[in-house]
Parts: sequence; structure tokens; C-alpha cells
Amino acid sequence: MDIRTWTFLIVGLSFVLYIGIAIYCRAGSTKEFYVAGGGVHPVVNGMATAADWMSAASFISMAGLISFMGYDGAVYLMGWTGGYVLLALCLAPYLRKFGKFTVPDFIGDRYYSQTARTVAVICAIFVSFTYVAGQMRGVGVVFSRFLEVDITTGVLLGMAIVFFYAVLGGMKGITYTQVAQYCVLMMAYLVPAIFISIMVTGHVIPQFGFGATLADGSGIHLLDKLDGLSAELGFTAYTSGTKSTIDVLFITAALMVGTAGLPHVIVRFFTVPKVKDARKSAGWALIFIAVLYTTAPAVAGFARLNMINTINGADSQGTEYSKAPAWVTNWEKTGLIGWEDKNSDGRMFYAGDDRNEMHIDRDIMVLANPEIANLPAWVIALVAAGGVAAALSTSAGLLLVISTSISHDLLKRNLMPNISDKMELRYARGAAAVAVCIAGYLGINPPGFVAQVVAFAFGLAASSFFPAIILGIFYKRMNKYGAISGMVSGLLFTASYIVYFKFINPAASTPENWWFGVSPEGIGTLGMLVNFAIAGLVCRFTPAPPQDVQDMVESIRYPQGAGEAQVH
Amino acid sequence: MAFHSKELAKAYWRENVKLLLSLLFIWALVSFGFGILLVDVLNQIQFFGFKLGFWFAQQGAIYTFVVLIFVYVYKMNRLDEKYDVQED
Repeated sequence: MDIRTWTFLIVGLSFVLYIGIAIYCRAGSTKEFYVAGGGVHPVVNGMATAADWMSAASFISMAGLISFMGYDGAVYLMGWTGGYVLLALCLAPYLRKFGKFTVPDFIGDRYYSQTARTVAVICAIFVSFTYVAGQMRGVGVVFSRFLEVDITTGVLLGMAIVFFYAVLGGMKGITYTQVAQYCVLMMAYLVPAIFISIMVTGHVIPQFGFGATLADGSGIHLLDKLDGLSAELGFTAYTSGTKSTIDVLFITAALMVGTAGLPHVIVRFFTVPKVKDARKSAGWALIFIAVLYTTAPAVAGFARLNMINTINGADSQGTEYSKAPAWVTNWEKTGLIGWEDKNSDGRMFYAGDDRNEMHIDRDIMVLANPEIANLPAWVIALVAAGGVAAALSTSAGLLLVISTSISHDLLKRNLMPNISDKMELRYARGAAAVAVCIAGYLGINPPGFVAQVVAFAFGLAASSFFPAIILGIFYKRMNKYGAISGMVSGLLFTASYIVYFKFINPAASTPENWWFGVSPEGIGTLGMLVNFAIAGLVCRFTPAPPQDVQDMVESIRYPQGAGEAQVH
Repeated sequence: MAFHSKELAKAYWRENVKLLLSLLFIWALVSFGFGILLVDVLNQIQFFGFKLGFWFAQQGAIYTFVVLIFVYVYKMNRLDEKYDVQED
């Protein structure tokens, strides 16, 4: 069977599985729709959280990015997993005890203010939309390559599937579908990684193979080989980066804090029955995430070596284009690989200096990796199914946050407090339908600057939500004046810095012009510090929060009496 | 009030924060410290075929994070029982 038939078969089967689960777990009440009735086992919830967390970006792009960035790729690895520790230690248990559904709920109640709630709702919706558009795009890329349909058809197909099970099943359906998706995406990541690790280094476990010697009998360590190749070809050594230390520090911190403030992940901790389970569930989720995140850098290393070897040939003289392997020509059709014969010798050559004749998009590395290594067709199809699973699981979680924000935070808590549960559920489903259409539209016609917008989303989450939630839990005296002025100033600071360097004057975006050498990707960290500082200052000169709010803070600090998440 | 006295509530919270701070110290040490600030120093050391600083940045920090969360879960459950504020 060829790759296309295998892809239809494996992706098709996985869809049948997801939809079957959604029908089996149909949500009957608002509570089941929002938080799965709070009755999900911590290990199951951990797995679902992991699938929720690992987006198309983690699955498709991350290893590719690392393979081109070398050491600098660590910002993503440490940033996205380290944020989890913050979440598990400083947020999850307390928000679970607080026992409402959403982050805006917490901000609104803790700071006894509709303004604060509205600011939070807007941030949550913005962050979620940014993400979901990227996911839809990911689905489109996978389909267009492996099913050979155009990208629009691919996105529409993805939209239909997500809509079907997110709207029908709600959180309960999503939770169990995500467990299935986790299994699919992990298998899709590990199977080729293990194959390739064995081929390159002879080690079954990619994490060990990463540091091992090459299997070609030369006795050279993989990483030393990569460093050597990099020097030969005019790149910076693989194990040292090109970014300045301070920039690496700030980007890592911004990603950590930004991810800890992502609303679709925080809401996951409301789905477990107890505070104890919320803590445990975070631990399990990180284990499940770590499997992929420690494999990714290994995959990145193998992929880089294989890619350089196939393009430049074993003798580093370049491979004749007429003898180019099938993956090069296949990906050329999608426009993600390009070859320009600069010295007209009919050979391809990849380098970091002016000898370079190749244009290779970073996003294809994971998808092309099994093809580069000549793995069987079913493995390639499996990777396609994994990419789709990663994109679908994250978009479903995000859609739910958007629909909840609209139906619950905006309508029920703000505009029409008297609607019944049933009506609220109907509005939630309606909002999800509208959201999926907008997301699909953005996926088909992506704003030319998806990467910039993503940086924006992280910066905003880091500089707005995170300090407000942390202060809300750990500083009883924090009042609404401090929190609101902190959120607004952190947000404005971060937004103007990013907008200036990314949209108004992108030409000036060089380390010399950046403040303290911090790139727009890392500025969220500084925005967060601004937020903390302003909040602390304003709070000193304004009245303390009312007694009942202080009592509430007191009560979320210990687990007893948590009960299930409450419907208002 | 779930605590038997206000002093106990304060003591519980103080122990909780102390635990958090010590775990977050390790968190920052392995990522910001070993993985970023001290990376060049640690790269002088070879560790199973890796340069140690590079290993911390791309592997070691993540393993440490997992351990940190489970230590936290274990210690917090003990603390809850000590102050009798665990869930029923």
C-alpha cells in the first residue's frame, strides 16, 4: 500500500474513534459540558491535559525549530515544561479549591469587580483565538501534504470534526477523546523516533541515543558530529546558541509564565474531584508531556544529521538533484522546500554561508523525518494521524474555553444573569459553532504573521493573568485597584513593545535596539515585573479588600471542604 | 474555620510557602542556573556523551521538573494531614 492509502486508513480510523467516544460521553448538563462533572480520575485527567497542552506547535514544529536552533531550542523545552511546575505548585490546587469554572471567574470574584472580570474575559478570548487559528493551520498542512487535498479542504475537514465532538460532548467528551488522542500522538512521535535512534546510534531509547556514539563505527558522538558538521558548513556549533544569555533567560521565563497563565490548561484542574487530585493530576500530566519533550531534542539531532547527510551526500560534495530522494521532490510540491542551483553543478548543497542552495521550512522536519530515514509507509501515515490528533485535541480545549467565556462569563455573569442552565448550554454550543467558523477562516486565510501573534499571546498571558492570579492567592491585602492597574499597565507595556518591534517598525528589531537586549518574544517577563511593581505600589495607597474577600482567600489556602466545582 | 486555631492556620500557610520556595529554588537552579547562566561552565564537563550544560537545558531540567511536582504532592499531602485539613 502507498503512503496515501495508509494515511486515509489510519487518520480515518482515528476519527471514527474520536467521534465514537464523543457520542458515548454526551454531555447532559452545563456542569458536564464545562468541567466534566468534576468526576475524572487524576491519571486520565493528566493524560487529557497533556494532549490539551501539546499542540500542533509542539508536535509538528518544535523538533524542527530545535534542529535549526540547536542549543537555543532549549527555550521552548524548558519554557513550556517549566511553566507547568509553576502551574502545579502555585496555581492549580488553589484554583481547584476556589471551585469555579473559569479564570475570569476567579479574577472577577477575587477582585470583586466586573471590570476585572471583563478584562480577563477579553484576554482569555484573545489568547484562545490566537492559538486555535494556528492549530487549524496545522491540520491544513498535514492534510494537504498527506491526503493531497488543498489546504482549504483540509481545514474544513478539521473544523467539522472538532465542531462535532467539542459541541456535542463538552468537557466530558473532550476529556476522553483527548486520552485517545494522546495515545495516537505519542505513538506517532515515538515509533519513528525509536526507529531512527536505532538506525543512527543503535540505541532503542532516543534520549540515550542522543548522547551516544554513531552506529557507523566511527566512534564519534552524535553531538560532536553535529558540532563538527556545523563548523564545516558555516553554522554556529549545535551545542551553543546564537542568542545572548539575557535573551535566552527572558524568553524562557516569558514562556514559563505565559504557559502557566493559559486559560485552557488551567481549566483542566477543575475537572478532578479533589484538591489532592488536582495536585497529582498536574504531576501525571507533566510525565506524559515530558515523554514528548525529552524525545523532541533527540529527534531534532537525528533529523539534522540525516538531512545534512542526504542533501550534501556522505562525502559532503552535494547530492545530484536528478538523484534527489523522493521526500525532497514531494515537499518541493508544497513549496516548503526549495532548491536553487547557484553554482550550476546540478547538485544540492546545504550550508550556513553563501554556498547554501537550499531553502528548507522548519515546520516540515518532524513530518518529513520518517521519509528522510526511509521508514515504511505506515509509519509516515501514523505521523500524519499524530499531527492531526495534536491539533484537534488542543483546538477542542480552546474552543471550549471560548464558548465558556462567552456563555458563562460574558452572558450569564454580565449581560443576562437570569438565563436558565439549559439556555446557557445552548448559548455555549452556539458560541462554539461561531468560534469554530472564525478559527477555520483564520486557518484558511492566516494573518501573514502567525508567529508574531503567538508571541503576542504569550506576552499578554504572562504580563496580565499570571501576576493577578498569583497575587490573588499569595497576597491577601491585594485589592482591585492594584490588580486592575497592574494588569492594564503590564498589558499595555508588553503590547506596545511587541507592536512596535513586530508591526510598526520590524526593521528596528535587532539586539542593539532592544531594551536590555530583550527580544519581543521575551518582553512578557519584563511586562510581568511591571505588573507586579505597579500592583504592589497602587495597593499600598488604596483601601484593603472587603472582609468576605479576605476570608475567601483564607479558605482557598487549604484543601478541606473543596467539594465539586460549583454552578452559580 | 477548618483550623483549630488562627495560629495553626498561620503555621500551616508558613510551612506551605516554605516548601514552595524551596522547590521553586531548585526549579530556578536547574533551568535558569544550570541550563542558561552556568551553561558554559558546565559544558566543560562531559556527561554520558553530552556536554553537561547542554544536557540540563534540553533534558535534565525537564526530568527535574517531574520529580519536583511529585515531591510537592507527597509533602503537601503529609502537611494537610499534620494540620488535619485534608479532604474527607
